[in-house]
Amino acid sequence: MVGVVAFAVVNSAGWEDVKQSFFNRQEFDESFPDILSAFWLNVKIFLIAEVFILVFALVIAVLRGLPGPVFFPIRALAVVYVDLFRGVPTILVIYILGFGVPALALPGVPNEPLFWGIVSLVLVYSAYVSEVYRAGIDSVHPSQAAAARSLGLTHGQALRFVVVPQAVRRVIPPLLNDFIGLQKDTALVALLGVVEAFRQSQIDVAGSFNYTPYIATAIIFIALTVPMARFTDWLIARDKRRQQAGRLA
Amino acid sequence: MSSVALEIVDLHKSFGKLEVLRGIDLTLAEHEVVCLIGASGSGKSTLLRCVNLLEPIDSGRIVVRGEEITAPGVDVNALRRGIGIVFQSFNLFPHMSVLRNITLGPQKALGVPAADANAHADELLARFGLADKREEYPDRLSGGQQQRVAIVRALAMQPGLLLLDEVTSALDPELVAEVLEVIRELAGEGMTMLIATHEMSFARDVAHRVCFLDAGVILEEGPPEQVFGAPREPRTQQFLQRIVQAGRL
Ligand SMILES: Nc1ncnc2c1ncn2[C@@H]1O[C@H](COP(=O)(O)OP(=O)(O)O)[C@@H](O)[C@H]1O
Ligand SMILES: [Mg+2]
Repeated sequence: MVGVVAFAVVNSAGWEDVKQSFFNRQEFDESFPDILSAFWLNVKIFLIAEVFILVFALVIAVLRGLPGPVFFPIRALAVVYVDLFRGVPTILVIYILGFGVPALALPGVPNEPLFWGIVSLVLVYSAYVSEVYRAGIDSVHPSQAAAARSLGLTHGQALRFVVVPQAVRRVIPPLLNDFIGLQKDTALVALLGVVEAFRQSQIDVAGSFNYTPYIATAIIFIALTVPMARFTDWLIARDKRRQQAGRLA
Repeated sequence: MSSVALEIVDLHKSFGKLEVLRGIDLTLAEHEVVCLIGASGSGKSTLLRCVNLLEPIDSGRIVVRGEEITAPGVDVNALRRGIGIVFQSFNLFPHMSVLRNITLGPQKALGVPAADANAHADELLARFGLADKREEYPDRLSGGQQQRVAIVRALAMQPGLLLLDEVTSALDPELVAEVLEVIRELAGEGMTMLIATHEMSFARDVAHRVCFLDAGVILEEGPPEQVFGAPREPRTQQFLQRIVQAGRL
């Protein structure tokens, strides 16, 4: 299958041109170091965003699970938040926050595009990740919370010491999946003019009228996401083995 | 047997349209052991869970050592610290060692320093022949060992009242004796206990009083010799007959 497609591509009428403009060895060698060093910014964006997402999403998930009618407004707010940021395309959130907020020129509010790019990613991904957490929390049998409460632990303590640790263990593979998506989406911050890997490749392309830098960028992204994907697969397979061995009840 | 450990007055509890408890009246003196018998689905678990406020009640009063726990504004966490409950399905925390399972409550709910909590846990583990299991995780223990750990976990809170909900029902027959032995020992020490059980010969041995729960009320109660030997109510006679036929008395 892959062979057939490759054969068709290589023998197509335009292949020589495409080869020149996308797979130019010289262009590749020239642009690669620039793009790679710009890619460190992607890595930084990813790491910073990830830390905030992990914490913020858990807060959202916990708020959404608060018991009793007293907390209804908070639960409703959490639901609205999740619906909103899962519904609006990431690219729009980045445009709105990245161009909108600095334009307001509010005193004391940062106006660097990078800052708002990261905020946008945190807001969007926290909505997704909070749902992952929530599924994890729901998957812990209520008898565990009951056992914790029966010892006199508060709702918060039962969550913190008993429910959440078990929930997090179960959702590590889907969490990693979301983070593979986040890694790719760090490129969207380029839309605000931040010079990360994708923006750097655009600059290189504009300078040489050759598209090879895009290929270089793609390779760099793949080099990071593929190992993470394999690691996720491995974790899932391991959990499955354990479950079959009856260890994770 | 003088002062009152637990007093339940006209307790009602429904799940939706199903009225499970239709006016329960029951009093336990300090150091008294009461066994609760009744068909599966008669509401034994529900009654125990109500006493620990794991289920909200519809009406009636529950008074534990002079404090009405069903009054509005009661600190349920403080209350639960004084009442231990052991569940049919153990409900140990699978992500914690045996030691941690036992010390979590004392440390987090009672504020006992780690060293003291550990020392007390070790003392209890040694007493119940579980000293070598201290560092094990629950999934490495037999059912009988898990249930003994669950009892120790409840005892570590030094409760004034212990609720046991069919603690041997989930066990293989050969593991039942070791758990019953622990309960006998506690009864001998004067622990106040309310025990839901299907083990009739055990109930006959250990109980000061047996209560037969039927159709949401305590239909008959009395010393085990009377309830088992000369039941007054036809429903009790039927129930015991079925038990005898099943070879459990
Ligand atoms: N959380 C619940 N929601 C709805 N029905 C319940 C719930 N818990 C128990 N019941 C029902 O209440 C009745 C009594 O249950 P239970 O107290 O577990 O009885 P027992 O412990 O004597 O077997 C049963 O009919 C059961 O289906
Ligand atoms: Mg039951």
